[in-house]
Amino acid sequence: MSSLIGRIHSFETFALVDGPGIRCAVFLHGCALRCKYCHNPDTWHPCDRLIHMTPAELRQKLVRYRNYWKKNGGVTFSGGEPLLQMDFVTETFRLLKKDGVHTAIDTAGQPFSPKDPDWMNRFDALMNVTDLVILDLKQFDDQLHRDLTGYGNQNILAMAQYLSSRGKDMWIRHVLVPGVTDDEVDLTNMSTFISTLNTVRRVEILPYHTLGLSKWRQLGLEYPLEGVRTPTEEEIRRAEDILNVNAYQDWLLPDAHQ
Amino acid sequence: MYHFEQWNGFDGFLWKEEVNVRDFIQHNYRPYTGDASFLVGPTEATDKLWDALQKLQKKERAQGGVLDMDTHVVSSLTSHGPGYISEELKELEKVVGLQTDKPLKRAFMPFGGIRMAIDSCKQAGYEPDPELQRIFTEYHLTHSDAVFQAYTPEMRAARKSHIITGLPDTYGRGRIVGDYRRVALYGIDVLIAEKKKDFSNCGTGTMTDEVIRQRQEITQQINALKDMKVMAEKYGYDISRPAANAREAFQWVYFGYLAAIKTQNGAAMSVGRISTFLDIYVERDMERGLLTEEEAQELVDHMVMKFRMVKFARIQSYQQLFSGDPVWATLAVGGTGLDGRPLVTKNDFRFLHTLENMGPSPEPNMTILYASTLPQGFREYCAHISITTSSVQYENDEVMKPVWGDDYSICCCVSATQTGKEIQFFGARANLLKALLYAINGGIDEKSRQQVAPPYRAITSEYLTWDEVKPAYLRMLDWLAGLYVNTLNLIHYMHDKYYYEAAEMALIDTDVRRSFATGIAGFSHCVDSISALKYARVRAIRDEDDGMVTGFETVGDFPKYGNDDDRADEIAQWLLKTFIDMVKKQHTYRDSEPSTSILTITSNVVYGKATGATPDGRKDGAPMAPGGNPSYGAEQNGLIASLNSAAKLPYTWALDGISITQTINPDSLGQSDDERVENLVQLLDGYFESPAHHLNVNVFGREKLIDAMEHPEKEEYANFTIRVSGYAVKFIDLTREQQLDVIARTCHGAM
Repeated sequence: MSSLIGRIHSFETFALVDGPGIRCAVFLHGCALRCKYCHNPDTWHPCDRLIHMTPAELRQKLVRYRNYWKKNGGVTFSGGEPLLQMDFVTETFRLLKKDGVHTAIDTAGQPFSPKDPDWMNRFDALMNVTDLVILDLKQFDDQLHRDLTGYGNQNILAMAQYLSSRGKDMWIRHVLVPGVTDDEVDLTNMSTFISTLNTVRRVEILPYHTLGLSKWRQLGLEYPLEGVRTPTEEEIRRAEDILNVNAYQDWLLPDAHQ
Repeated sequence: MYHFEQWNGFDGFLWKEEVNVRDFIQHNYRPYTGDASFLVGPTEATDKLWDALQKLQKKERAQGGVLDMDTHVVSSLTSHGPGYISEELKELEKVVGLQTDKPLKRAFMPFGGIRMAIDSCKQAGYEPDPELQRIFTEYHLTHSDAVFQAYTPEMRAARKSHIITGLPDTYGRGRIVGDYRRVALYGIDVLIAEKKKDFSNCGTGTMTDEVIRQRQEITQQINALKDMKVMAEKYGYDISRPAANAREAFQWVYFGYLAAIKTQNGAAMSVGRISTFLDIYVERDMERGLLTEEEAQELVDHMVMKFRMVKFARIQSYQQLFSGDPVWATLAVGGTGLDGRPLVTKNDFRFLHTLENMGPSPEPNMTILYASTLPQGFREYCAHISITTSSVQYENDEVMKPVWGDDYSICCCVSATQTGKEIQFFGARANLLKALLYAINGGIDEKSRQQVAPPYRAITSEYLTWDEVKPAYLRMLDWLAGLYVNTLNLIHYMHDKYYYEAAEMALIDTDVRRSFATGIAGFSHCVDSISALKYARVRAIRDEDDGMVTGFETVGDFPKYGNDDDRADEIAQWLLKTFIDMVKKQHTYRDSEPSTSILTITSNVVYGKATGATPDGRKDGAPMAPGGNPSYGAEQNGLIASLNSAAKLPYTWALDGISITQTINPDSLGQSDDERVENLVQLLDGYFESPAHHLNVNVFGREKLIDAMEHPEKEEYANFTIRVSGYAVKFIDLTREQQLDVIARTCHGAM
């Protein structure tokens, strides 16, 4: 395992919305999805600024920020898609767990392969050292999901169910894009699905923003959502009502992140 | 041993035997560990007075910054009759006393420098009495004129080129905090009696320079104390005796401070640390049933209203350096005692609460002496105040307490000083970034082409390496440190002689400790420039005519300060240590203890203007990063990596302070108010355990700044306050250049 090398895009040492408390977010390189609203398209392709690190090196870097994590903070691996570098994440988490660090991954679930026993073994190993999975549900309808990201979502929903059966804590996130991911029927179906899961601690609506737009331009990519506006307060509240976000308040409990 | 009926109910012995406010506090204060729920809103009187004052402030702004000026009276303790915020409302004022006879009217203060006093009048459209101009030009030497008479040509050149900058040579030096609490605890008569004792114990009869000077200074102090009584009498108060109750204690303390600001126009006129002390009187009155929470808050509000009114006449160039008319009426709350008990009382909450009762305000410069061991309720309230007002700064009690004890004040923007036991000789800044250019160009200024530093050998290579530049830089720094300290020695000698702070020194121990505060400008750009020389390829671009290096072409990546990258941060440590060691070997005036700081206030913009392009990629004339902040755009790993870089600079190497200013977007700080408070507390806990020294926290988005810049007339921006390096300022009072600089640096918390 020690020969593992992670390919890291960047760090955000003051991440406050990627899990509980103050967290260091590690943005890993690479993702198969091509979400039209992606705000990190620069993680799709290799670039010359890629940082290569072993789990031990990364652990050493991360624990420098632990002063700030005390009550409920920790480390979140995001991306890109952390499950594409699963073994690297597992090994790094294993080391961080020795220091008692709270660990989370922020994933879209696309690599989840329930029919591949080897993959599932490796995934289980990761879950053994992961405290929280932040799962992005982008669309509920399979075809809509395909239109938005280039892939269907059956394995992603299966992953949510698998985590629920394993008793793994989850935060569910949904990016709300007006006219794209705010269909009432789709949101209602998603809400019903979420209610069947046992371990959802928080459901969040992430209002679409255009901060990632400049990255698309820098990369010379055409932005597929050109002209799409950000949602209004009212639209956000409506989506929150449908997804029933107020019903998921466990994350607020003081001992929710032990 | 003294005994007064006004002391009934107070415990302790030592403070009755000698002047010792700390001992009094330790024996009598009551720590408060609860939350902010006891706080109350403003009284009707507070609303009325604050409303009247805001109208005056609006008028002042509409008139271009000055409401009124004295042109015929030289300001002294006894020069003016009583003045009030408003004649009709004066019965409502629980704490009284103005610098002149009218609110926001600026006094004529010639002793720091007659030319500045005249110019500040003229630039505001006033004509000072010709007779006064004549007296202070022909018959009486003022501080500034004395300094300029003694300056060497080298000092003048260094001052003009801005390699040494912001020197207190045309106005009061400030940074001396009288222990204003002494007026309330002891009354003036005891303080006079104690100073008379000191006078009789001064020397053994041999008249050395030192003894003669001390005898003269104590005499001036005693005279100032006598005049303070006269000053208070004009308002109908007899402060010869101790304060008998809370209202008197607030009033007496304020009279002490008023004496300072009537006689000195220092760059920083700190209030000190008064909340815990005054809480003892509040608690005693409440126990006796003489005071309600509403009345206690009213006393605090009215006192703070007075601190919001402090004004000095300044010239335009001073305003460009320190935008927004700051006076650094710095007031510190919080902190912990040597015995481990928090010094937080209900009064510490009340002082912060003024920012809610009367809205955000730059003054007083509210400073929280922070420790993660302070009660949770207090830390949460501080975070709440930061999030809602962006008006407070934080300093690490855990690193300052071991050096200054548990009764220190903040005497300027961030510098600590032992209250009543110590003074600081304020010393502006040396531009270490310009010194790097001087090292490359053989001491010739890159802007003026004048030979400012000695003509050391210039570097002629096309590609510059650190190996080649380092010895030249060390030589140049050594020259700079020597010239800088000597210039300050001269200034402080003259200040003592021609503009002695008799009123403030009267409230400080005769046997006073003195520190000597130097400062560094251009810090992060220096570090990054050295890093570029070390790790990248730097080509010198030369002027075709005279061969002077006027620019740099830097190719390749190099580590930058502000990313928790040891390669850059070790350069930062090296630079600080190298400079402070060079300062320390110099002789310092009156055996003062040298220290240095990394804080630049808003002057980073003006300093940058005077400095050519640098190897880190900073353009000719571009603003420098403020204080100890990383260069603009250097931070690539988020706020905490940046804070970690700052925290690697040992406070003990920069005892005068390392100022860091950060702005956080409210949306990225958390989704709910509670979450934001919790996260900010956690951030502060982590930072100060690192252990770093100082943090200015702003919580707002870029959009708000841009809107405020474009629409300063909007009501919501009238009091919109932000923290900049070293103080708080109303954003609309900054120059446009500074506003753009602040916007460019905003902010942390990308989604």
